Amino acid sequence: MHFTSMAASASILRTEHLTRAVDGRRIVDDISIEVPRGDVLAIVGPSGAGKSSFLRLLNRLDEPTGGTSYVDGRDYREIPPRVLRRRLGMVMQTPFLFPGTVAENIRFGPRQHGETLDDEAIALLLEQVALPGFATRNVANLSGGEAQRVAFARCLANSPEVLLLDEPTSALDDVAKREIEALVRKIVEARRLTCLIVTHDSAQAARVAQRVMVIESGKLSRIGSLQEVLGAERTV
Amino acid sequence: MLNGLFKSQLILGLAQAGVAALAAIAVMLLARRRHIHLERETLVALVRGLAQITIVGSILVLMLRGPRWTSVFILAAMTVAAAATSARRAKRIPGAFRVSLYAIAAGAGSVIALMTFAGAIDTAITALVPVGSMLIANAMNTNGLALDRFRSDVHAHVGHVEAALALGAAPEETVAPYVQAAYQASLIPAIDNLRSLGIVWIPGLMAGMVLSGSPPLYAAVYQFVVIAMIFAASGLTCLISTTLIRERAFSPAEQLLLRPDAAPAR
Repeated sequence: MHFTSMAASASILRTEHLTRAVDGRRIVDDISIEVPRGDVLAIVGPSGAGKSSFLRLLNRLDEPTGGTSYVDGRDYREIPPRVLRRRLGMVMQTPFLFPGTVAENIRFGPRQHGETLDDEAIALLLEQVALPGFATRNVANLSGGEAQRVAFARCLANSPEVLLLDEPTSALDDVAKREIEALVRKIVEARRLTCLIVTHDSAQAARVAQRVMVIESGKLSRIGSLQEVLGAERTV
Repeated sequence: MLNGLFKSQLILGLAQAGVAALAAIAVMLLARRRHIHLERETLVALVRGLAQITIVGSILVLMLRGPRWTSVFILAAMTVAAAATSARRAKRIPGAFRVSLYAIAAGAGSVIALMTFAGAIDTAITALVPVGSMLIANAMNTNGLALDRFRSDVHAHVGHVEAALALGAAPEETVAPYVQAAYQASLIPAIDNLRSLGIVWIPGLMAGMVLSGSPPLYAAVYQFVVIAMIFAASGLTCLISTTLIRERAFSPAEQLLLRPDAAPAR
C-alpha cells in the first residue's frame, strides 16, 4: 500500500486499487494513492508504463476495470461524468483546439453548462496564461507554445479544482517548455489548485512538483517527496 | 454483336453479364496496378450479385402471381439484407447492423408506406416491390456512406472529441460536426441524381415504362417521383442512423468507444 499519512478528509483525490486491463493486459495495475488538496504530484516513468492511462482514468475518459477513485471522499462513479470532468480539468499533450478563435475555445467549457463568459473574463484568463490581446486570434495561426497556453486557459475557464496535465510540454521546444512550466507553477499557486502532471522527464518533475510517483509496467513503484523518490534537491 | 450470336434470350443475358463483369474486372486490374487491392471484394461481389439477382428474379416470377400482401414480406426481407450489407461496410462501428436495420426500416419503410397510402406507388406487387426495392437499396447505400464517413471522421479526430469530453461537453456535442459532415456527404449522390435527372441519365424505370408502352411524359414525371422518393427515404434513413450511431459511439459513462485502437465490433 502506498497511502500517505494524510487524513482521508484532507485529500481531494484518492485511488483505491485502480486498474485498467485491455485485452487481458493490465495497463494500469492496482494503483492506490492519496493526493492532498494543494499537492503538486509528478507522475514519472518510462514511456508506455501507463502514466497517461492512469491520468485518463482519473477523469474517467477511460473506465477502470478494477478499483475506483474518490473525489472529496465520494466514489467518482457516482458523480455525473460531465461534472467530474469539469472539477478535474485536463490538458493533453496536444492542445486539440477547436477551429475558430481563441475566445471561442475558452468559452467552450462554460457554455456546456449554460454559462457565457464575458469579454472581461476571457481577457483575465488570457492574461493568466500570458497571452494578452489574443482573444480574437484564429487558433490556426498560433505557435505550439501559444496553442498549449490557450488549452490551459480553456481548461481554467471551467474553474477546476484539480489540474491533470498529460505531458503538456512534450511537443514544445525548450523555451516554450520552460514558459509552460513557469505558468503551471504560477497558476497552481495563485488558484490553490491540486495538480497531477505526467512527464517522462524527471528534471521537469523536480522543477514543477512537490511530490513524485513512479509508474513502471502499470504498477506504482514509488511515491514520496522529491528527495525520497528522485534523491535530488528541487531546482527551479 | 451478341444479339446476332445468341438466339436464346437466357444465354444472351448470361453473355451480356459476362461482358459487363469483364469490364468490372478490367477496372479492378487497373486499380491493382496502382496498388489498390479490391480483387477479392470485387470478384465475390460480382458472383454474389449475379447469383442473387437471378434467384430473386426467379422467386419474383413466382411471387408476382401471389396476393398483394406478400410484397410486405419481400420488402421486409430486402430491408434485413440491406442492413446486413450496410453493417459490413461499417463493421468497426459497434451495433452497426441494428442501427442500419432500424434506420432503413424506419427511413425507407415510412416513405414507402406514405407514398403507397398517397397513391404515388401502386399496391400491385409488380409496382410496389421494384419501386420499394429501389428506395431500400438507395437508403442502404446512403446509410453505408454515412456510417463510414462518421467512423473515419471520428477516428481522425479522437483528440478533439476527447478534449471536448474532458471539458465537460455532452457526447452528442463533441461529435456534432462529424454527424453533420457524414449526413451531408452521404446525401451527395442522391442530390446529384435529382439534379442530373434526364440530362446525364435516363434511369431504368423510365426506360422500362416507355418500352412497355407507357406514355413517355408520364414515364418521365414518374421517374422524378421515384428519384424524389429515393431522396426522402435516403435522407430519413441517414438522419436516423447518424442519430443512433452517435449514441452508440459512447459508453454510458460518456467515454468514446469508437476509437481506431478499439477491437472490431462483432
